[in-house]
This record gives sequence, C-alpha cells and structure tokens, in this order.
Amino acid sequence: MTERRTLAPLGRRTVPVVGNEALGGYRLISVDDRDGPHPRPGQFYMLSTDRLWGADGERPYLPRAFSHARAREDGRLDFLLEAVGPGTARLAGVAPGEGLGLVGPLGLGFAPAAGRRPVAVGGGIGAAPILCLSDELGAQATVLLGFRSERFAEAARLFRAAPEVATDDGSVGRHGLVTELLREALDREPDAAVFACGPPPMLEAVRALCAERDVPAQLALESGMACGYGACFGCVVPTRGGYVRLCVDGPVLDAAELESALVPGAGH
Amino acid sequence: MTVDLCGVELRGPVLNGSGTFDAIAARRTFGDALLEPDRFPFDAFVSKTITLEPRQGNPPPRLWESPAGLINSIGLPNKGLEGFLREDLPQLAELPVPLVVSVMGFSRDELALLVEAVGERDEVAMIELNVSCPNVETGLVMGADPAETAAAVERVRPLSAKPLIVKLTPTASDPPAVARAAERAGADALSLINTLRGMALDPRTRRPWLGGGTGGLSGPAVRPIALEQVAAVSERVRVPVIGMGGIASGRDARDFFDAGAKCVAVGTESFRDPAAGRRIAHELGVISGDERGFSLAELG
Repeated sequence: MTERRTLAPLGRRTVPVVGNEALGGYRLISVDDRDGPHPRPGQFYMLSTDRLWGADGERPYLPRAFSHARAREDGRLDFLLEAVGPGTARLAGVAPGEGLGLVGPLGLGFAPAAGRRPVAVGGGIGAAPILCLSDELGAQATVLLGFRSERFAEAARLFRAAPEVATDDGSVGRHGLVTELLREALDREPDAAVFACGPPPMLEAVRALCAERDVPAQLALESGMACGYGACFGCVVPTRGGYVRLCVDGPVLDAAELESALVPGAGH
Repeated sequence: MTVDLCGVELRGPVLNGSGTFDAIAARRTFGDALLEPDRFPFDAFVSKTITLEPRQGNPPPRLWESPAGLINSIGLPNKGLEGFLREDLPQLAELPVPLVVSVMGFSRDELALLVEAVGERDEVAMIELNVSCPNVETGLVMGADPAETAAAVERVRPLSAKPLIVKLTPTASDPPAVARAAERAGADALSLINTLRGMALDPRTRRPWLGGGTGGLSGPAVRPIALEQVAAVSERVRVPVIGMGGIASGRDARDFFDAGAKCVAVGTESFRDPAAGRRIAHELGVISGDERGFSLAELG
C-alpha cells in the first residue's frame, strides 16, 4: 500500500501566488511551493494570506483547509476554491506575487491498493483531490464528477481523461446526481474500489451504496478546522470507534469506519 | 540565559496554553523535527488536561470562528489518567523541554488522586490544576470562588513536592481574590486566563451552533481582558504569573511581561502557525531589553 502521509515542514511558510484564474464558478489558485515536500492526493493544506488575514480585519482569522487539486513536480500547487465566506473570498481575491501562508501537507491521503478497479467520484469543489488522484491512477481509473450546473462543471476540463459528468440542472452531462453514475459504474464493475470527495449528502450516498454492494470505499471528509495538525481537537467526526480528529486521522477515512458520512457541522 | 519558574529552569519564558498543542499529534504531522531543541516551539510543554476517567469530549461541531477569535467546545477529551501514564507520558518525556501536566478533577478526591499519581513521575516537572475550564460545570464552580479554590489547593498541596500551578478562570467575579486564595493555600504559580464563555448561533437554524451549546472564547479578541486580569493578579500575589490570552506576537507578549507576568503562554495563535511559540520568542528578542533578570534578546 502507498504511504498515505507526507510529513509537513514545521511551521507556517509563505509562498508566492503564481496564478489565480476563473474556472466557471470556481477560482484556481496556484502557488510556488518549490521548497515544500510533494503531497499525497487527499492530503490538505491550511491556507491564509500574508496580508489582511487576522491582523487588520476581524475575519478571516483562522486559516482554511484545502486539499490540493494538483501538485506539480516543480513544486507548483493548485487549489480549487469557491468564494462562500470571508476566508474563501479573501483567498479568491489573491493577486499573483502576493504571499500565501501555507501549513502542510497535512493528514492522511488516499491509499489505492492493487487488485481492484479504481472509481474516483468528486462532487463540486470535492473534485479537487479527485483530480490529483486521477492523475496518479491514470487510464485504469473511472472518474465520475457531479456539479450544480454547466458553470461549475468547467472544473471537469482540468482532468486529463474525459470524466463522466452529471449536473443537478442537466445543463451538461447527465441530468441528476453523480451517485447515479456511480451505481451504473458499480453495475458494470462490481470489483471496484471507490475514492470519493464531495458534500456530505453525496458522501453518505456513496457510503451507503458501497456498503450495500460490499465495495471498499475511501471518503475524503470535511469538517471545520482551526489548526489542521491535531492541536485543537475541534474537527472530530463520529466513527464506529468513537470520535477521530479528521486532520490527523483523516481527512480520508475508510467508509467502513463510518455509521454515516453526514457529520455534524460539515458542509457549512 | 534561562528563566527560573518555581525552581524549574526553563530556557526561555514562552509556554503553550494547555489544550492548544498536541505534541504527539504534531510529531505525526511534522516528524522528528519537532523534537529538535531549536525547533520545538515552546520553552516548557503543558499537556492537554487529563481527568481520572477517559473522556470522549463534546459532540461536534466544536469550533466557531468569531471576530479575531475562536469559540471552542471541546470538552476535555483525553485518555484518562491510566491511559495518559501508559501511552502519552513516555512520548511527552522525549520532548526537549520540561513537562507540565494539566489535571482536572470533578471532586477534590479525584484531583488528589491525579496529583498524587502524576506527581510521583520523574518525567513531570510541574503540575497545573485546571480549575477553570468553562465547559464542565464543576470546573467553573471550583475556580470561580476563592474558598473553593483554596480548599482544592490545600487538599492536593501535601501530596506532591512538584510545583503546583493554578490556572485561573476569567469568569470569576474577583480573579485577584481567587489568586490570593490559591497562593495562600500553597500554589507555586498562577496561570491566566482560561477562555471566556461564549456562544454562536447556526445561521440557518438559529439554534446554538456548538455541539456543547456554549464554548470558550480565545484569540486576540480576549487579549485586553487577559492583560487587565494579569496586571490585577500580578499586583496582588508574590508567586510567578504565567500570562496568556490572545498573544500573537512578541509585542503582545511584551505587554504581558510589563503587566507583571514572569512567563507567557501561546494558545490560539499556534492554530494559525504551529511554530508560533518560537516566532514569538524571536520577536521578543528583537523588541525587548534585559529588564527582568533574563535576556529576552538571547532567546533566539
């Protein structure tokens, strides 16, 4: 099995923003982290900006957790984000040359095992870690993506192999949920291993479907985090073995550990 | 140059607030770099509070970002005394700085058992009594009242020769009176402030957001309150004071020293930067002179 964790440098480092482009409803932010280690797909970073973050304004104050969408060999990291609150709005507005505060890579990433056919499922902004995972898995992987609409489905253009797409409004791809695509994929390929990231209801549907079919699944969950490295004990999610800190014991969890992927406070 | 805190020699004056840095989890994330003396962020390490029995902690969600601050409702999850001694203490003993173990009892008897068991371990340099955690009802009761605090300290004082730090709650009606009572009962040092009680509403349901209903507020939002309480307590006691509450820079830390603190602790700022403790020590070296019997300039 692949090593799931790349160790992070101790402390927050400042790296330059080298790109910020619109991608439909999302922004794709790129930074030059050439001195940082190469992360595993599914790991994440705590992001903040050098200026106007916790120093002068009231919010944002804490850094925000993002899985990288792509990590290039030259150290460039790409992050997919949508401005939904004060932190993401500030991040969405960064200009090239501006400094981004980075802690990471953090947590445990995906661990594809040999022998089963990988099916990677991403919902909305959750397409980010599915992108670097699908890069790694190559042509053997089936990639399924779900978005609200055509505008957000533009993120599918980042994928090298053409993924199957579903949209809530039917403006592109299948009219419906990505889990319907997953159901059909599992009909075709019962001997699959599923990797998923997306909103809690999607992850719960993936979990239930895989449990019903006895298909192993690894789910990248989300929870509000303050620190990202196990210090605050704030990001716990309930598992069959009790609460676990998503930042150090996740964010990728084995679906079999979960009673439900609808974790309290997620998706907020 | 070093700092003498209750007879324990520290290489500098920057500690962590209890429950704001898990050195064991941090080592999983950052590797053995954390154990290098010049990389470890603090000059003494304060453990997360342990209780007699294991605790799962409060149901999530546990965090809410507020203006220049954070409200947390963690609820003291820990392995309990036995689990701590068996699993955590050997790992914490590998840290390159003295270890302070924070304990909390739901009764004086429990507190006594904890102090006795922790106090006999050579790996432990000092014991901090958490009588101020706002998430557990008895914590507030014990630390809110001078007589209750004195009774707790008197009970555990004879049980260990190790220095006892009493962590004060900012929600007491008269913190300096509680501080005086703790000192008279035998406390060797006082640390303050703990978090202030706060609440946030779920914007969608209009019900309390935090799983525990209310939580403790920390971060720069509480710094002026902390500074005032540190000044007021320092004026009333002779034992050393460890000041904390929203310290995010060397300049902030300098304020607490000037208010009378002998040491400072960094808490929420470590969530923003795992190396914040070291950075603040460096910044202190830049902006401070040699005024307190130790040279902040040599901390770097």
